[in-house]
Amino acid sequence: MNAVLEFFKKPFLRKYTNYIVVALFTVIFAILSLTGGLKMGTQFLLEQIGIAVLLAVSLGMVVGFLGELSLGHAGFMCVGAYVGGKLSSLLVGAMGGNEDSIVALLLALLVGGLVAAVFGIIIGLPALRLRGDYLAIVTLAFGEIVRSVFMNMPERLFGGTTGLETPRFDRKYLFVFAFLLVLACLAVTQNLMRSKHGRAIVSIKDNEIAARATGIDVTKYKLFVFTISSFFAGIAGVLYSYSNVRLQSVNFDYNYSTEILVMVVLGGMGSINGSMIAAALITFLNVKLQTMLTGNLAVLQKLFYAIILILIVIYKNAPGLKGFREKYNLKALFDKLFKKKPVAEDMADGKEGDDAE
Amino acid sequence: MQNNDIVLRTEHLSIQFGGLRAVDDVNLEIRRGELYGLIGPNGAGKTTVFNLLTGVYKPTAGRILLCGEDITGKAPAEINRKGIARTFQNIRLFHNLTVIENVMVGLSNQIPCSIAESIFRLPRHMRSEREYYERALALLEVFQLAEYKDYLAANLPYGKQRKLEIARAMATNPTLLLLDEPAAGMNPSETQELMDDITFVREKFGMTILLIEHDMRLVSGICENLTVLNFGTELAKGATAEVLSNPAVVTAYLGE
Repeated sequence: MNAVLEFFKKPFLRKYTNYIVVALFTVIFAILSLTGGLKMGTQFLLEQIGIAVLLAVSLGMVVGFLGELSLGHAGFMCVGAYVGGKLSSLLVGAMGGNEDSIVALLLALLVGGLVAAVFGIIIGLPALRLRGDYLAIVTLAFGEIVRSVFMNMPERLFGGTTGLETPRFDRKYLFVFAFLLVLACLAVTQNLMRSKHGRAIVSIKDNEIAARATGIDVTKYKLFVFTISSFFAGIAGVLYSYSNVRLQSVNFDYNYSTEILVMVVLGGMGSINGSMIAAALITFLNVKLQTMLTGNLAVLQKLFYAIILILIVIYKNAPGLKGFREKYNLKALFDKLFKKKPVAEDMADGKEGDDAE
Repeated sequence: MQNNDIVLRTEHLSIQFGGLRAVDDVNLEIRRGELYGLIGPNGAGKTTVFNLLTGVYKPTAGRILLCGEDITGKAPAEINRKGIARTFQNIRLFHNLTVIENVMVGLSNQIPCSIAESIFRLPRHMRSEREYYERALALLEVFQLAEYKDYLAANLPYGKQRKLEIARAMATNPTLLLLDEPAAGMNPSETQELMDDITFVREKFGMTILLIEHDMRLVSGICENLTVLNFGTELAKGATAEVLSNPAVVTAYLGE
């Protein structure tokens, strides 16, 4: 095992560890899924994780790297979901009801992402001239407006209050697409941030006045980050539409935007890997609570969710727990797992630890 | 005096904030290779002049000419690309970037590479990144900061942060360098080192420098010509020794 660990410590590979880990997960789960080793529930969970990771990484670009607060990320997702969902149901209808058409899926992803990106530009142009709280207010309003616009559109167009029926891709494969898109998003984000453009974006966050005085085109970069972030949110929306039979605009409300923001903040601002882990954990928690607490107990879902979040924040920040934190953290767990156990078991239960790299 | 010898000229430069004329009819004329001082008591409008020159504020009257080209009212980033770089009175480094990355941000406009090229890791991206690194390292060596290249900028000692800010400004390849109170908060030995640095930059790069300063020792030591501002207007200008012995300047600035 040490050999493997040493292998990952090579500087060249270190840069790509997160791709390798996500790719490994994709391959392992894809094989499991194809051989019938995954339950429907797990496939659904994996889809949701893929969607959440896309949302968290894309919002992380705006909030973590650019340093602007956006509270309307679910709005961009909503645009992608409705546009992509409508397009895919039209395409599927034209193709004689084949819901598993890859062409329809890819086209819907592309168009949904692009339309969301256009909305990103439309909102970004005026909004990015605003600072701090004002941008937050504008994006918050945008999210709510988009949602209610789709709800109030004629029913034959976007389903109105009853919701838009969308095709459902085969559960066996959909999460694989979601994971592949996560890889693509990761590549784009990471390549962007590890370049002169990434340095420019960080310089804007650190000191906008100095960035301008150093010749950085602040508006261009802000707009670009905003646009590409909306693009991936739109793509996540299209996946969401494929994962659910019925799109209801009420799902894209302010709470959803906040939840994405929570993932970014918990994962650590400006950390792509952190956002991914937080997104996966929070989604896991959410889905598990939803399946475990049903019927009368359903009211407790939000309560438990909130309590766990509060505990995480306390664990992360409380000064009294500093010693405890240093002793029991993901890295320590990771080291322990790798030092004591043989290879096969690592792959089975080392999930959280793996992500931590 | 030939016209192309004048790097910066301002004509009747003024700005008014509400009823306050922060800068009123300032006419600067800085020749190539000159080290020009801008001094004056607190609140005289020195930094406001810098903010006008670098496009942070737009003048309400007057013109700014850089090498004969009118740059009045242009955006800060564009003015930087035209050739004015500056440092700040309260140091403004990019704290989350390393020392060398700070300089690499300064080089941004020197080596072209589009966003798409970077995202898809095309050959030009690879080449330009290497070039950024090498040129930034060379600049850091000039400023004796190379050994700190991987430090976060925030972790540098104060004096070195000042130096790094000058290095970052120089990375944008300016024709005119504006230094806003570079000696603020420095002890005498650091000030001496800074004076040597400024002289060095001037000689090595043949740089034209406009300097705001409170430290009289530094001003009288290295500036050839001065403009003294008081309440936004020019109180005196000319050769350093003459200006500093001008009774009006002594009264306004040095007290008594």
